[in-house]
This record gives sequence, structure tokens and C-alpha cells, in this order.
Amino acid sequence: MQTNSYLLTWIIFTPLLFAFVALLVPKSLEKHLRTFTLIQTLVSAVIATMMYMNFDGLSDSGQMVHLVPWLPQWGINYLVSIDGISLPLVMLTAFVSPLAILGTWPHGELKKEKFFVCLLMCLQTGMYGTFLASDIFLFYFFWEVVLIPMFFMIGIWGGKERIYATIKFFLYTMVGSLLMLVAIFWLIKTSTETLGMPVASYSELSKLQFAFDGSSLWSALTSPQTLLFMAFALAFVIKVPMVPFHTWLPDAHVQAPTVGSVFLAAVLLKLGTYGLMRIAIPFFPEAAYYFSEFFIIMGVIGIIYGAFCALAQSDFKKLVAYSSVSHMGFIMVGLFSFQKVAIAGSLYQMINHGISAGGLFLIVGFLYERLHTRNLNEFGGLSKVVPVMAIAFMVMTLSSIAMPGSNGFVGEFPILLGTFMVQPVYVMFAGTGVILGAIYALKAYQLVMLGPKTRSDLDHLHDLNMKEVLAMGILTIFVFGIGFFPRTFFGKSDATLNTYSTQLVEKAGQYGSR
Amino acid sequence: MTNDMLLQILAAFLFTMGMLVVLLRRDTIMILLGIELLLNAANLSLVAFSNSMAMVEGQIQVFFVITIAAAESAIGLSIVVNLYRNFGSIKTGSATNLKG
Amino acid sequence: METTNSYLPLLILISPLIGFLCNGVLLPLAYKGFAKTSANVAGGVATFFIGISFIVGCMSFFQLMTQGNENPYLLTYCFEWFNFGGLHIPFELKIDKLSGILVLIISGIGTLIHLYSTSYMHDDECVGRYFSYLNLFCFNMLLLVMGNNLALLFFGWEGVGLCSYLLIGFWYTDSLKADAGKKAFIVNRIGDLGFLIGMFLLFRELGTLNFSEINAMVKSPEVIARLAPSISFICLSLFVGATGKSAQIPLFVWLPDAMSGPTPVSALIHAATMVTAGVYMIARMSPVFDLSELALSVIAHTGAITALFAGSIAIAQTDIKKVLAYSTVSQLGFMFLACGVGAYQTAVFHLMTHAFFKALLFLGSGSVIHACSGEQDMTKMGALKKYLPHTHLTMLIGSLAISGIPFFSGFFSKDEILYSTIALPGGVSYLFIVGVLTACLTAFYTGRMMSLTFYGNERMSHDVKHHLHESPFLMTFPLYVLAGLAALGGFLGVPHLMGDYLGHMPHVLSTWLDPVVPARHLPLTGVKIPLHEGVVMVGSSIFAIFFYFLGVKIFTKVMFLKDVIGGAGFHKVLENKYYIDEIYDAAIVIPLKKISAFSGNIIDKVMVDGTVNGLGRGIRRVSSGLRVLQTGDIQSYGLMMMGGLLIVVFIIFKVLV
Repeated sequence: MQTNSYLLTWIIFTPLLFAFVALLVPKSLEKHLRTFTLIQTLVSAVIATMMYMNFDGLSDSGQMVHLVPWLPQWGINYLVSIDGISLPLVMLTAFVSPLAILGTWPHGELKKEKFFVCLLMCLQTGMYGTFLASDIFLFYFFWEVVLIPMFFMIGIWGGKERIYATIKFFLYTMVGSLLMLVAIFWLIKTSTETLGMPVASYSELSKLQFAFDGSSLWSALTSPQTLLFMAFALAFVIKVPMVPFHTWLPDAHVQAPTVGSVFLAAVLLKLGTYGLMRIAIPFFPEAAYYFSEFFIIMGVIGIIYGAFCALAQSDFKKLVAYSSVSHMGFIMVGLFSFQKVAIAGSLYQMINHGISAGGLFLIVGFLYERLHTRNLNEFGGLSKVVPVMAIAFMVMTLSSIAMPGSNGFVGEFPILLGTFMVQPVYVMFAGTGVILGAIYALKAYQLVMLGPKTRSDLDHLHDLNMKEVLAMGILTIFVFGIGFFPRTFFGKSDATLNTYSTQLVEKAGQYGSR
Repeated sequence: MTNDMLLQILAAFLFTMGMLVVLLRRDTIMILLGIELLLNAANLSLVAFSNSMAMVEGQIQVFFVITIAAAESAIGLSIVVNLYRNFGSIKTGSATNLKG
Repeated sequence: METTNSYLPLLILISPLIGFLCNGVLLPLAYKGFAKTSANVAGGVATFFIGISFIVGCMSFFQLMTQGNENPYLLTYCFEWFNFGGLHIPFELKIDKLSGILVLIISGIGTLIHLYSTSYMHDDECVGRYFSYLNLFCFNMLLLVMGNNLALLFFGWEGVGLCSYLLIGFWYTDSLKADAGKKAFIVNRIGDLGFLIGMFLLFRELGTLNFSEINAMVKSPEVIARLAPSISFICLSLFVGATGKSAQIPLFVWLPDAMSGPTPVSALIHAATMVTAGVYMIARMSPVFDLSELALSVIAHTGAITALFAGSIAIAQTDIKKVLAYSTVSQLGFMFLACGVGAYQTAVFHLMTHAFFKALLFLGSGSVIHACSGEQDMTKMGALKKYLPHTHLTMLIGSLAISGIPFFSGFFSKDEILYSTIALPGGVSYLFIVGVLTACLTAFYTGRMMSLTFYGNERMSHDVKHHLHESPFLMTFPLYVLAGLAALGGFLGVPHLMGDYLGHMPHVLSTWLDPVVPARHLPLTGVKIPLHEGVVMVGSSIFAIFFYFLGVKIFTKVMFLKDVIGGAGFHKVLENKYYIDEIYDAAIVIPLKKISAFSGNIIDKVMVDGTVNGLGRGIRRVSSGLRVLQTGDIQSYGLMMMGGLLIVVFIIFKVLV
């Protein structure tokens, strides 16, 4: 289908196209830039929906392929396609973007508005590109593209310690991605040697075999497959983030402007888990399987440790940031369990965390916009003053603590159940994260919304305006829609997930059981 | 030892002289002169090779170098003038704004 | 079978959800100020929708009765909830004989309490929110009992916990009340983790979460053999969940605090329905629990200890709702005791009678509190009988029922439990003695409560006395209905011994439940101690009557037991609930806070960030050392270039060539 093949390219480059147009906007029209951005995100969402409609849920391989030669002498092409794993993530990006714009509509003037919206658009291009790329170098390219707008967004529009935060964010990510670049070159070089020509597309690269010797820990660690796996995995787990590579996250979140935080939590973190799921684990299954227990343990530590850290925070935004560390730990656990149910749960959890964390950051933004503080001890009793915000906050809290009927449960339940089949002890520890999650989430809710008021000026707080209500309303629909009818939302991923996990278990199985 | 060889040794000698002047003299005018020496050492070498290999390209190259040397000395002198205007001296040690 | 896909269960479930959406979303959107003004509208809407559930519940119950086959049920298949990679969980509702009873209790008592609330909450300004929560609770509770698999049960299980949280903290401007809600939720979550793990283990062993499949599978010998290593762990994990939801030791601490919610909520959630979910779950999975003697024994002992422990605390409380709360914990202990000795039917029987009389007592106490302008302290009441005749009469019936006075409902169910503890193979004689002791305590503190509230001399302040009034009809009507049930409900389970004298009156409930909950019929003579059922019955009635009147008699004059028999020190321990809250605080809450502060402030800031920043600082230090080379003098650069060039040339010619 020729017509379809340009659809993905449209999705990726529509934001960039709009960004160029935005650059040409004269000063007199600059106050409409936000509306313009909203239109852009809506256009992207419409194209993505068209793509969703055209997507064939019965096929398990990449669809709507678009190939343009780029650096053919190294086998590198502009190659995009979509399958059941990237589909939900692209849809998440497409739907979160307009909601993030709506929910963070500035109440006053913003400096350098033009630059800001251009960055937002570039960021979207990067995110779509990373999810849609089917060529490893193209993936790397978009992976780095994402970094730049985020760097400027935190560095220019951030809070007091924005420079520290932005450099930390940048350096952490760069350290990981440089190793990934080296590994990519290694992959392409190996493909030249074994296949006789350089290739860089996922489908070709996944055919490569790398030596792996699991007879002892040392031989396993020094196997080429492990080295490659670790190079990729490091880049991805920094982005996830996995403890102990997580400290960039709270700083970046706290300093970033709200819209940046929303994108960061909702989509950017998923780039890491997506990379693990798409590249690190299936390309190097034996190494991944051999070290899976380590990653599960790190995931569990992340769950518990993130929850404890969240509990200790008095900064609302930091609390939500640490809760992300905790929730992303569940995805790590699910991915490395090598169980069908848990892998599917991990994919669901990526979407669900995007919705709940995005929603929570929007709430933080609402409060900050109105009160200019994020200190939890300075709120209190707001439920009476801003009932609609209280409801929205409650919904997001429920989603975050994985209440059955909300989307959070749809992700965490299969992860825990699937992983329990192979690693019951770790699941019991991971389960304590569910308890701790309830503790910090309800603590935050109580400190903000319940109890007596701590300040007299809280009485004059405005409740959510129409744009904000719209953003939270749509998120709420997603929360309960996915919670009750996960099949409707994720059904199209079944075929891909099925083939993916079957092959994975098969490949890992060749190495033998742990 | 042929004449060509001698000429090459002379060129090398001239080059070393020029290099030492450039590296060691603190006076910018002298450095410019050193550069002039370097260029001419190269010219001499080119001409000598052109002669020994019976190829004319070396001599053509020399014309280019002479032209460039002229331009270079003009620019170099104007830099020296500017240097004097800005730092009050034409010693290289006076212009160390890029000290780390 | 003609029963496939009946829409009745779905209708029962969905109706309160519609009520929730009406009160919570649609009506506030429809006109502004709804939440503040229209108590009657909100209450009416909510009552209407739960009433529909009740009516449909009755219809489906009737269908069950007329179906005539051995194990009738109504099933609604709604949609696929999960279906991937071997995990298949349909959203399926099922009413069988067990859940049918529960559906009737929930929707019936629920309707009465909605009705009662309409009047009780009349002056509250957030009445719309209140009724939407109440309806949401009914939805979740109905889902809990009708869900056809463990995951759906868990859905309802968590859902009722959420509603309980929302309703306990309904008056959230008071931090203490908000705290109580949070505590309830978190303690429940601890139990839920146990439940989840039990569920996972069961799934791992059996590959299904469907109740009928599980209960059918565990009957085959090979499955029993396969389950043998893990069965006790499974049952105990599930029981941990039950201790959380049903307030048993060690997770009972949230229930007394939960009394800070509105009183009708305490009646519905924390007495009649939600807290009995654990008992329902064990009855539902009784074939699984039957496989593990260890788990059953743990359940029985936990139940017995909790019953005695909570009963003893109830004696020293002065807050009328706290007395009832501890009484609920104690009665739930009775139910678990019954489950633990294998008398699941009896536990369900007591669950039912308890729902009647405890809801009645709570609503009655609500009426008292309402009359006394919000006063809950019994030491400031007394002699209310003449002011509140209807409340007094109905509460009297309730108190007689809970005390086990003959021929009131509590008598039958409690007696059956007591006898089960010695008659069934799983029973132990000291459990029986604990049971009898608890029964005496129950009669005693109930008598005390009645006496302090309704008899003796007037102790209320002048203001309160001035406003004393009997509650309106909307509140007394549910009281009378429940009083009728509490008085007569026991006759559904007339023991065989007595039934034989009454012209072969059958044990209706037992016959009804037989196909769903496997019966262990009581033999007529005790196994452990040779006591005739009649002896137990007569003995326990005498004890109950004696202690009830003792309680009434003593406390017409004094307010505390220590004033009569001394023992002020022990009384203080009882008054402070054995300092359990303080112990938990010191043992769990404070260490948790310390750990979190340590990980948030020390590990993260100092250790992890310290390493990262230290790395950065190290690089900066090295580079500032290298700065010296950058002299700014062009000739030194030139020299360095020359030096470098020489080295390269040297390497090329000497080393490589």
C-alpha cells in the first residue's frame, strides 16, 4: 500500500514542518503561538489516528514501511515502520502531546515563546522518530534529537538550579548514548563481515549471532554478546532510569517547566524501556537472559527505593519524580522476566505510567501556576476550594497506585503475575512497592487536598479552567477506559507481542534455563 | 654529493633558521621575517626538486608561494600595527589574553 | 443450560454505578450548587438505584429458588478483561446460592442505609459526594461477591477499600479523620499484598482464577498432590488478605479508627458488608482451604484470639461507636473461628445475622448521636429511653440479638459456632472455652452499652438535653425493618436438635448452601468433649442472659468496671486498647519514616549524587591542572607543536618503519 507508507513519515515530520512555519511567524502574531502548537499536536494526533485505523492488528511484523536510502555504503537507510510494540507508544505520544499543551497553557507571558514552541515541536519529531525507526542508526539519530530540545527547555525555562539540572541530564544521557554509538558501529561492522554487506535495519541485524559463553560469570561477562548488550542496556537503563543511574531524573523534573516534565515522564522515560524491549533484549537474548536476574533485582530495588525516596520528599514534584523511578522499576521487572504475560504487562505499563505520571505532573503544574510553590506543607484543605482539581488528582492517584478499574492495575497486575511464575520471591518484594506506593500517594493527596488550610490565601484559588478540565477529563477517560477495557486499547498489539515473546523465550531457551 | 643535494640541505638549513626565529624571537616583526625565511626555504626546495626531476610544476608552485608571501606580509604587518595599537607593544609576550 | 447469560447480575451491578455517575458527575454538571443544596434529590437518586439492585437481586434470588437443579446460578459474561499469553480473565458475574445471599444482604441493608442517610446527612453540605461514594461502594461490594474469578473479587476488594477510605475521611477538613481513612487504606493494602500473592500462587499451580474451576480442580487427587507443598502458603496468604479487610489480628487497627466516618457508613461498610468480605472469600474458596489443616488451624486461632481480645477492649470504651467497632472485630473473630474449624456455612450464617443486628445497632447509635447533637461519649448520655422510645426499642432487640439471648438471631448463629468448635474434627476444646468467654463478654459489654445509653441517670449537658428528639421516620423505619430481621433472622438456621422438637423444622440456610459451600454436618454429640448440643445451647443461653443483665445492672450506677471490682491498672490498659497503636507506631511507622528519610536524604543526596558530583569535580580538578599549559603565548604553542611533530616523526621512522 503506497499511500500508507508515507503516513509514518508524515507523523514524524509534521511537527518539524510546523516548527519551520512557527519560525516565520511575525512578532505581532506571537501570542497565537500556543494555539498554533495545539493545532500542530492535534494534526499529529489525527494522522496518528489514521495510522491506527490502517494498522493491521493480525500482522506481527512491521507495517507501512517507508524506505529512503541515506548512507547506503554503510547500510544505513531512512527506514520507518510500525508494529504492535511501537503502536501504543506512538499513540501515547500523539495523545499526550495535545493534552500537555492544553494542560500547561501559561496564565501569563512566557519569555522567548517562539523558541519554546519550536523546541516542543522538535521534541515530538524526535519522540515519534525514535518509536518508528526501524534502522538502528536512525534510531540513534532520533534518540539524540530528543535530547537537544529537552536540554534547552530545562536550561532556559527551568527553575533556580536549571543549569545544574540540565547539564546533569545531558551528561548522564550522553555517557550512555556514546557507548551505544560504539556498539552500533560494532554491529554494522560485524554485519559486513558475516553477511558480506553492511546492514542497519532491525530485521537484518536481529539475524546476527554473537558469541556467548555462559559457562562461568567471567566468560559470560567477556563474551562479545554481553559487551554489546551492556553497551545498549546502559544507554537505556539510564533513560528508564534504573537505580543507581536515576538521580538526574528528580533534578531534571523539578527544574523543568511543567510541559517539559509531562513529556519527560510520559514519553521520554519510555524511550529507555522501549529501547530495551526493541533492541537490547531481542538482539542479545542469551546475554539478556543470563543477566536477567540482576536486572530484576535492580528493578525491585528501584521499586522499593524509589518509593522510600518519594516518601521522604516535601517537594511535590520531586515526590512524583521518585514515584516514576518506582513505577518504571515494574517495567524493568516485567521485561526481564521473559514471561509472555509480564512482557505484555510491561508494554501496557509504559502507556499507563505515561498517563498517570503525565496527569500527576499536570496537577503539580496547576498548583504551581496558582500558588508558586511546590512545598507539600504549604497546601492543605484545597478539596473544598478546588473540587474539580481534587477529583482529577484523585483519579490520577488511583491510577498511580494501581487501583483495579484504573489503568495502573492493567499494567502492574500482569507484570507481577507473569513474573511470579518464575521469580516469586522478587515479586513479593516488588509487591511491597504497591503498599509504599499507596502510602506516599495518599500522603501527597492528603497534604494537598485534605486537612485544614495552612495559608489564608488558599481561599481565593481558582479551580481548573476549561482547557485544564478538558486535559484532565480526557486523561480520566483513558484511565478508566483502559482500566475496564484493556482489550479494546491494546488488542492490536497482541499479534506482535505474541510473536515477540515467543521468539524471545525460544532464543533465550537455547541457552538453557537459569 | 650532487648540486641538488646541496641545494636541498641549504633549504633545510634555511627552514631551520626560519623556524627558530619564529619560535624563539619575541619581536613580531622578526617573526614575520622568520616566516619569510620559511617560505623562501620552501621555494628553494621546490625549485631544486623541479630542476632535478625535470618537472616544471615546482617552479610554477613557487610563483604562487611568492604571491602569497607578499599578501601574507601585508596582512602580517597590519596585524603588527593592530597589535601595537591594542597592547602598546609588538612583543609576543604582551598578547596573552587567551591564557587559561 | 438456560441460565447462560442472564442479564440480572449485570443489572444489579450496574445500577449503583449509574447512581454514582448521576450523583458524582451528571447532576453536579447539570446544575451548579447541586452538591450543597439537594440532600433529598441526591439521597433519592442514590436510594432509587440501590433499590433497583435490591429488587433485581430478589428477582434473581427467586430465579435461583425456582431453577430447581442441584447448583443453580445466573451468569453474565460481560467482556474480556485480560486475555493474553495464558492469562484469561473474563469480566464475568455470577450469582449462585452463596453470592445470592450476600447480594440480598448488601443491596437490602444498603437500601435501608441509603434511606436512613437521606435523613441523617440532611444538613451536611456535601451530601451529593456522600451518596455518590455510597453508591460506588455498593457497586464494588456487589462486584466483590458476584465476580466469578479471583481477579474480579480483588477488583471489588480494592474498590471497597477505596470507598471505605473516601467515606472514613468524608469530613476531611479534620486531619484526624483524614488520617483514619489513610490508615484504613494502607493497612488494607498490606493485606491485599498477601491476597495478591495467594492469587498468583494459585494461578501458578492451577492456571486459572475462576472459582468454579478452582473448586472443581482441587477435588482431584493429582491436583491435591501437586498443591501439597504450597497449599498452606496459598491459604495463609489469602488469609492475610482477609485479616486486612476483616480486621483481624494483626491488621485490625484500622477498624476502630474508621469510626470517624459518618455513622451510616460505619453501619454499612464497617459492620454489615465490607468487613465480612474476608469471611465470604474463605467460604467461596472453602474447598481450597479444606486442603490445609495448618491454615485452618491458624485461621481458627486468629479468630478466637481476636474475638476475645477485641471483646475485652470493648468493655472499657466510652465512645458508643468504639464499643460497637470492637464488638464488630470480636464478632468477625467468631466468624473466622467458625471458618477455621471448617464450619463455613455457620460462618456465613453468623455473617448474615451479624449484618442484621450490627447494622441495627450502628444505625441505632447513629440515631442516638443524632439526638444528642453529635455527642458520642456514653458517659454524657444516660436515661435516653424516655426521649428516644423507638430507638430504644429497636436497639434493645439488636442488643439481645448480639448477646445471644435465646430465640433472637444471634443466639442461633453463635450457638452453632460454639458447638462447631467442639463438635467438628477441626475443633479444639480450648477454642470452645475462648468462644464461651467471648460470648459472655459480648453480652456484658452490650448490656453496659445499653445501660449507659438508655438507663441510669441523665448526664447530658443542658444544651444537649434541650435538643433531644426522636429521629424522623426515615431513620426509624430502617431501624424497625432491621429489628425485625435481627429478631427473626435466626430461624433460617434452626439447629437440628431444636428443629426436631419443632416438628422437623429444617436448617434452611444449611440446606440452601450445601451445593456451594461443602457442609460438615454437625454430629449430635461432641467429638472432643462429650457435650450434648443441648447442654451447650442451654448453658450458653444461661451465661448470655446472666451477663447481659449483669452488665445492665452494674452500669446503671457506675460507668467503669474498675469502680466496681477495682483493677485500675488493667482498666487503663484496656482503655488504651493494649497500646497496640503505640506499639505499631514504634515498631513499624517510625522505622519506615526513618528508612525513607535515610534513603531520600542520605543515600540519594550524599552517596549517589555525591559520587556523580564527585566525578564531575574530579574532572574539573584535573583540567584545572592542565590549564597551566594554556599560556596564551603563541610561541609556546608553536614550540609544543614542534615538539609534538618531532615525536610523531620519531615514532614513524624509528618505531614503525
